[in-house]
Amino acid sequence: MDTAALIARESFVERSARARVAGLLDEGTMRELLDPFERLRSPWLGLQDIVTQADDGVVIARGAIDGTAVVCAAIEPAFQGGSMGEVGGAKIAGALELALEDARAGKPVIPVLLLETGGVRLQEANCGLAAIAEIHAAIVALRAHVPVVGVITGPVGCFGGMSIAAGLCSELIVTREARLGLNGPQVIEQEAGIDEFDSRDRPMIWSLTGGAQRHACGLAETLCNDDAREIANAVSRAVAAPAREPARLRDIDTHLARLQAVDPAWRAEAAWVRTAFASKQDENGSPA
Amino acid sequence: MQRLSLDYAAGAPAARRALAGVVGSGDLEVLLEPGTEGRSTVEINTSVDGVNDIWTAVVGRIFADATQPAVALEINDFGATPAVVRLRIAQAMESAAGRGEA
Repeated sequence: MDTAALIARESFVERSARARVAGLLDEGTMRELLDPFERLRSPWLGLQDIVTQADDGVVIARGAIDGTAVVCAAIEPAFQGGSMGEVGGAKIAGALELALEDARAGKPVIPVLLLETGGVRLQEANCGLAAIAEIHAAIVALRAHVPVVGVITGPVGCFGGMSIAAGLCSELIVTREARLGLNGPQVIEQEAGIDEFDSRDRPMIWSLTGGAQRHACGLAETLCNDDAREIANAVSRAVAAPAREPARLRDIDTHLARLQAVDPAWRAEAAWVRTAFASKQDENGSPA
Repeated sequence: MQRLSLDYAAGAPAARRALAGVVGSGDLEVLLEPGTEGRSTVEINTSVDGVNDIWTAVVGRIFADATQPAVALEINDFGATPAVVRLRIAQAMESAAGRGEA
């Protein structure tokens, strides 16, 4: 990247959730639902002596992208690690369920999810998990009618139950800075030991769970630079695409065969994972 | 977590509401709404205990001018320094006055 391009580039990763949404929507079309002044905040954090955010860290907005009606749900990465609490989760689930009603009524509204989350908010436990399950169900139901667009850009990445939500999207857009995984590095290290996964080894972590690797393995459709315009263009293309079920969601047998080829005694390595994902069911899955 | 309520003399109510910041590490969220004529109120929720005197001094200085628009502020703080507090409040005030964006 040359210097002029670097200076002209606007980062998407550095934006707050609200600024991310505002940047994606056509000028003047953004209408926020349950905005911060509604003060729909977490009822649980205050009880545990934790400061709440007035929108519970989730921005829901209706608007248009290139004239197509969309509903954006964006998780604020800076608030509690983008964790999904009862209220924030219900806001996303509710927005998706309304989009489903609209789709069934023949007035499609395309959902765009900006997923920046460590997963469920531990302080809200099952209340957050229940909301995540509702989000999963809504995405699966919506996929039959409209494209469901997921975007992970970093800095947090997308983990826990929400990584499943990302995986369920019909189109997933990631950056090199993004990460996607069921468990975060520290959880893996704590459960499996430092020999298995060193949570301080950042190159290793990104080589396995980073956006470029996930894209190379076919788990994300589009890899973008951290450039607000490039990401907006990718979202715009995804919103305009027809509803579809990508192969990664249909081809369950291939995924199961890949899992069976994994020997838990091996330490995972980026190149081998790429080879395994490129291989078909009948091919040998041993390390290259 | 500590809560703190402050109030100050002010001018006419602010024209509109405004938002600045997020409840992230070293940052805070300011929700600004028009206050009642002649009086500004500031409700602070902060993750840092035992610094009420600093809040009173910092916010008191910002609201020292009794001719400023009357506002009702809610501040949700996650360990912002006084400089960030001033910046975010100024940002919300400017946004409410129609100058710049929150």
